[in-house]
Amino acid sequence: MQKISARNMVRAMVGNHAVAYAVMQAKPQVLAVYPITPQTTMLEKLSEYVETGKLKARMIRVESEHSAMASIYGAAVAGARVFTATASQGLLYMTEMINWAGGQRVPLVAAIATRAIASPWSILDDHQDFVSKRDAIWIQMMAENVQEAYDLTLQSFKISENQNVLLPVMMGFDGFILTHTMERVEVLPDEIVDSFIPPREFNLVDFTDPVGIGPVATPEDYIFYRHQAQRAMERAKGIIDEISREFQAISGRTYGTIECYLCDDTEYLLASMGAWTGDARVAVDRVRSRGIRAGLLKIRTFRPFPKERVRDIVKKVRKVIVMDRAVSYGSGGVLASEVRSASYGLDVPIHSVIGGLGGKDVRPLHMEKALDDAYSNALEDERWLL
Amino acid sequence: MMFMRGNAACPGCPIPRELDALLEVTGEKTVLVVPASCTTVILGDNRGMPSKVPVVHSAFAASPAIASGLKAALNARGEKATVVVWAGDGGTGDIGFASLSGAAERNEDILYVCYDNEAYMNTGIQRSGLTPFGAWTTTTPLGKKERKKPLPQLIAEHGVPYVATASIAYVFDYQAKVRKAKDILGFRYIHLLSPCPPGWRYDSSLTVEIAKVAVETGIWPLYEVEKGKFRLTSISKTLLDKKKRKPVTEYLKLQGRFSELTEEEKGTIQQEVDEMWEWLAKMESSNS
Ligand code: SF4
Repeated sequence: MQKISARNMVRAMVGNHAVAYAVMQAKPQVLAVYPITPQTTMLEKLSEYVETGKLKARMIRVESEHSAMASIYGAAVAGARVFTATASQGLLYMTEMINWAGGQRVPLVAAIATRAIASPWSILDDHQDFVSKRDAIWIQMMAENVQEAYDLTLQSFKISENQNVLLPVMMGFDGFILTHTMERVEVLPDEIVDSFIPPREFNLVDFTDPVGIGPVATPEDYIFYRHQAQRAMERAKGIIDEISREFQAISGRTYGTIECYLCDDTEYLLASMGAWTGDARVAVDRVRSRGIRAGLLKIRTFRPFPKERVRDIVKKVRKVIVMDRAVSYGSGGVLASEVRSASYGLDVPIHSVIGGLGGKDVRPLHMEKALDDAYSNALEDERWLL
Repeated sequence: MMFMRGNAACPGCPIPRELDALLEVTGEKTVLVVPASCTTVILGDNRGMPSKVPVVHSAFAASPAIASGLKAALNARGEKATVVVWAGDGGTGDIGFASLSGAAERNEDILYVCYDNEAYMNTGIQRSGLTPFGAWTTTTPLGKKERKKPLPQLIAEHGVPYVATASIAYVFDYQAKVRKAKDILGFRYIHLLSPCPPGWRYDSSLTVEIAKVAVETGIWPLYEVEKGKFRLTSISKTLLDKKKRKPVTEYLKLQGRFSELTEEEKGTIQQEVDEMWEWLAKMESSNS
C-alpha cells in the first residue's frame, strides 16, 4: 500500500472528472473539446470550470475534432498551454491534425477516453483508437485506474513541455471503465501542482524574429527533422522516469514507463496495458496461490515503447502472455508484437491473448486460464477471447 | 515592403502583390495562417522566408481553427496582433468550409482573406466549388457544368461584422477594406478575385487587366457588408445601370479557359450576371 500524504485530499471522482480536475490545476490557457462519448462529461466539467472562472482559459467550442486539434495547435505555437480530449471516431477525425502537431513537435496534451472504432458502431471500450496513433510522433501513456488518470494528466504537461522532449502527449484511459467509474482519488493541493508544472515557456510566434512554422521541407531537412523526432522519443524514456520520480516526491506514488508486479522470481509473465491491468493483478495472485510463479508487467508508456526495460524483464522468464485490446489486422495483437520485437533473439515464447474488443467482457478468470494453459503448454500462439 | 521580392510565384501571379498590399495595412504585428495552396509554395521552403511576419502553415482544412486558437493564445499573452488567414478558394469554400463556418459562427476575432483563383491551381488546375460555370479545368475538360458557390454571401449570412469583395485591379478599394476590417472586432472576411495566368490560360502580362474587366463587366462586383449593411464600392457603385456594364464576353474572351463556350452558354452567363445585379440593386436600396 502506498502511504497517504497528510497534505493530499481524498475525493471520490469518476475518471472524466478526475482528468478535468487535473487539467484545471495545470492551468491551460486555451481548451478546445468537441463532444464525443465517453469523453463528454469531461468536456462538460471543463466548460463548467471555465464558465465559473475556476479555470481562466478560453474554451473554443469547435465544430469538429479536426478543428479541436487545429485550434489548440494554433494556440500552442503562439505560446499557450493547451488541452483537448477525444475518443474513437473523434480521434480518427482529428488524425490529420494529430500528425500535424506531432510533426511540429509542439507541446500539448490530449486525453483519450479509449473506445472501439466503427463500423459496426460501438461506444464501448477497446484500445484500437489509441494504438492507431502510434506513428504520429506523440508520447502515449495509458492509465490503469482513475488515480493514474489524474496523476498522468499532470505529468503529461510536464513531460510534453520538457525542453529535451517537446512532444505532444496523449493520456489514454479506458472508456466507461475509467471515465464513468467513481473511485477514490487523492488530489494534490493547487500550490504543489503549481510548483510541479510552472507556467510554460514555449512560443514560436515572435514578431521580432518572425519564422515560418511548418513550411515546405527539402528531402534533406524532412528526414533530419524526423530523425530528431526519433531521438526526442528515445530521450523521453529517461525523462518520463525522471519526472515520475519528481512526482513521487510530491505524491508518494510511483510511476515510470513500466511497472512490474512480483517480477523478481516470475516464470509466467502476464503483460498488459490500461484498466484491465487490475484484473491481471488478481489473476496473477490467484495462480500464485496455486504455486505457479506468475508476475505482471504493466506497460504504461506505449510510445516511446520502453523496449530495453521490457527486454530486461522478459529475458528472465519462461513465457510471456500479452493481453491485447487492439489488433493490427493481418498481423496480430498490437502490444504482443511490440513485446515480441523488444524480445527479439531471446528464447522466450510470447503468446498473444486478444479480448475485450468493442467492450466484450474479460475477467480475471480468462487471464487465469491463459496463465494455467501456458503453464501446461496448452496456450496457443494467438488466442481470441470470443 | 512586407512581402519581399524573390519568391516562387509564377510570372504574372497576383498573390505576392495581394499579400504585400495586405501587409502594408496590417503591419508587422500580423500573423499569417496559410493552408495548403499556391501561397505555401510561394512562401518557399525553410531555408528562407519572403515574409517579414510570422507564418503558420496549416493543413488544408484547418486554418480558421488554427487562427482561432492562435488569437486566443495571443490574447492570453496580452499581445495585440492581427491574425490573418490567407487561403485559396478550395481551402475556403470546399475542404475548409466547415471550419470556416465554425469560426464565423463563433465570431472569432480573425481576418479571413480568400484569394480566389477559381480552381485548385497548386495541384494543376482542377475544378473547385468556386470554379465558375463553363470554365475549363483539368477535371472539367468540357467546361464546368455547375455554378460558382456564392461564398461571400454565405459568410455574410452568418451575421459576421464584416464581409467584402475585392479585386487586385482596385488596390485602393482593397486596402481600404483591409484597413476597415483590421480594426473591427470579430470575424472579418474579404473575398479577393485573384486571376491566375496558367490556370485561366492568358498571357501573364494581362493579370491586372483581367481583374479590372471582371469588375467592369459586373462579373465581380465590389461591395462590403458592414454590420449587415450592404454597400457597393468603388466603380461598382456606377454599374447598377446595365448599360454601364461591359458585356461579359469582354471578360470571357481574354481567357483560354472559356474558349470552348457556345454562344448559348455565354448568353447564360450574361443572364446570370444580370440577375445578380438585380439582386445587388435590391441589396443596395434596402440600405438607403
Ligand atoms: S498557379 Fe496561378 S495562383 Fe498559383 S502561383 Fe501560379 S499564377 Fe499564382
